[in-house]
Amino acid sequence: MTVRGKFDYDLKTLRQKLLEIGGLAEIALSQSIEAFQTKNIDQALDVIERDSQIDMLEEEINDFAILLIAKQQPVAIDLRRIIVAIKIATDIERIADFAVNIAKATIRIGEQPFVMEIEKIVRMHNIALEMVSLGLKAYYEEDVALARKISDMDDEVDELYGQIMRDLMQLTKMNQENFSQMNLLSLIARYIERTADHATNLAEHVVYLVKGRHYDLNS
Amino acid sequence: MELTIVKEQNTTTPKVQEKKDVVYRTNELNLWYGEHHALKNINLDIYENEVTAIIGPSGCGKSTYIKTLNRMIELVPNVRTSGEITYRGRNIFDKSYRVEELRTQVGMVFQKPNPFPKSIYDNVAYGPRIHGIRDKKILDEIVEKSLCGAALWDEVKDRLHENAYGLSGGQQQRLCIARCLAIEPDVILMDEPTSALDPISTLKVEELIQELKENYSIIIVTHNMQQAARISDKTAFFLNGEVIEYAETDRLFSTPSDKRTEDYITGRFG
Repeated sequence: MTVRGKFDYDLKTLRQKLLEIGGLAEIALSQSIEAFQTKNIDQALDVIERDSQIDMLEEEINDFAILLIAKQQPVAIDLRRIIVAIKIATDIERIADFAVNIAKATIRIGEQPFVMEIEKIVRMHNIALEMVSLGLKAYYEEDVALARKISDMDDEVDELYGQIMRDLMQLTKMNQENFSQMNLLSLIARYIERTADHATNLAEHVVYLVKGRHYDLNS
Repeated sequence: MELTIVKEQNTTTPKVQEKKDVVYRTNELNLWYGEHHALKNINLDIYENEVTAIIGPSGCGKSTYIKTLNRMIELVPNVRTSGEITYRGRNIFDKSYRVEELRTQVGMVFQKPNPFPKSIYDNVAYGPRIHGIRDKKILDEIVEKSLCGAALWDEVKDRLHENAYGLSGGQQQRLCIARCLAIEPDVILMDEPTSALDPISTLKVEELIQELKENYSIIIVTHNMQQAARISDKTAFFLNGEVIEYAETDRLFSTPSDKRTEDYITGRFG
């Protein structure tokens, strides 16, 4: 006889819901940068509109997790699985908010030509997106080694962020006219950098889940 | 990248052990019921003013172990033991150690409340009377103190001379605890003391155990793992007559070191 079959099933459901919200956030992220690159306002609006779905799913995950704690009184790794699910849902919801912020900035930039090459921003974004994907994979497979890889990638993001900010600084000195767009570009870079930080949080949660101890991968 | 532990998690790191005295030290204890090897190489130190919980599936030896601590196990025919258990430094199996002497120090509360068919007062006064106390004033004081200690006084003070059987199950169990306190023991052994009680009575007894550990050392066998997690300082996990893991309760219930402990506390077997 399987002991706690229903509980195991519920834990699996919780994990599926996490992957679902994670998948939606990944889509939001990649669409937001695509909209930014191609100046596609409709796509940007779509990202903003779909965010409510992610918010609702986060609430659903939290409610489901709380109910599981109340009904099953989990301990040890079971309890960590549920707590970590709540934390990951929060990070993912935040990541999706950054996608929305990028979309909003894209709308404000509108049809204006870019005042600088956006290649670094896109590269930084791709790394951050991959970090999120790996974070979700590490969670799903409870893979500590993968989680640790994410923290290395965060260093790359931070490096690119520094470069972009320096580039923008230079540009501001030479070009006073497009200050508003430069400001928006720096904000977008900032949103991506924060996305990467939250992806690193995902990695930390995975390490905590498996090891039962807290590690700081952000420093 | 070098990983750094930023925060030692309270729940997984054994707290710095205050210097507490060992009440019971079990050394290489083995016990056989006839041919059946029921306890295997048990080594356990039990500290004073702590609640030590013993958990494990049915037949794992936890009740056998607790009954060995006050030598009640000797009532079972064909029991053999090897190894030693010292209580406050003295081997309890020593020929010169009188069992009555041991049980004056070590009280016991059982699964099913077992008051005597006497009044509430007489139940509590029973032990002290056996020890020769006859003075009514002193007995009154002991009864009141013990019933207060068992958090029962307010509920029964106006009907002390009524039969104890008229009390509810939870009250009867607290009466048994009061009866145990009346002989002023050092240690209280509890063998599943709340398994026959309703949830509220259970919580009352749990609260009481928390209060009692200020003055007594408590060893409790429980089937209720949440109860062990809630009330004990240390927990020993028994399986097939062996101690699989013995640790701070916070640690055992968050990051157990043995896979079998984890499987048991998360309800994957047992």
